[in-house]
Amino acid sequence: MTTMTEQATQVYAVFIRATPEQVWDGITKPEFTTKYFFGTRIDSTLEPGAPYLSIAADGDQTLVEGEIIESDPPRILKHTWHPLFDPEQAEEPFSRVTWEIEPQDGGVTKLTVTHDQLEASPKTAASVGGGWSYVLSGLKTLLETGEPLASE
Amino acid sequence: MSSDDDNVFRALADPTRRHLLDRLFERDGRTLTELESDLAMTRFGVMKHLRVLEEAGLVVTRRSGREKLHYLNPVPIRLIHDRWIDKYRERQVSALANLKSDLEETA
Repeated sequence: MTTMTEQATQVYAVFIRATPEQVWDGITKPEFTTKYFFGTRIDSTLEPGAPYLSIAADGDQTLVEGEIIESDPPRILKHTWHPLFDPEQAEEPFSRVTWEIEPQDGGVTKLTVTHDQLEASPKTAASVGGGWSYVLSGLKTLLETGEPLASE
Repeated sequence: MSSDDDNVFRALADPTRRHLLDRLFERDGRTLTELESDLAMTRFGVMKHLRVLEEAGLVVTRRSGREKLHYLNPVPIRLIHDRWIDKYRERQVSALANLKSDLEETA
């Protein structure tokens, strides 16, 4: 089997039939994130400098921690990313996640997630790929149908 | 939804474009010059293929200084997987499970 080299910059994009405001809410409101982001709820005031936390649905365990770098609704959300759910990844430094929301023609919105600054975090870099695909596929399904993806 | 799928299937239907995706899978964030280096094709031809991949959402470009970098975006393939592969694989798996239990009952 071919294995992918760990990439220090990774880009994921999806086109969603929804408004930029709906996509923004999907990313930033816990009532949405619990339905597609591995059941986790986002906890953040979204103010620059404030914590960005991703918390397990069935408790109060923080699975990912970070800090808001930039928040410009409904266009851009940028924060650091430090996984705590895996001891090996927890030893690696913070990386960075940027969500960009761009309206397209025909009521479609493009959402691009760039996960970068992964140079010193090979374990995190190797693990997030399938995760972002799953998350963006789930967010698209949720916003377009109102229903979460059938669980795997 | 169907037109999104059409663009992805059309993009994947060409061996040169699949080759370009494989190159990006090996190492992401490449320039056009790098991508054309092992293809017996004009720069313009490679650009055309990259444009089809970009329109299907399979390739996303980012500017880095004066360079345009091409990134593989696996999300459309994930969507195809969720929509077209999972559904049929489930049936196949349950057919095998039924066959197994039938065989075990008659054994």
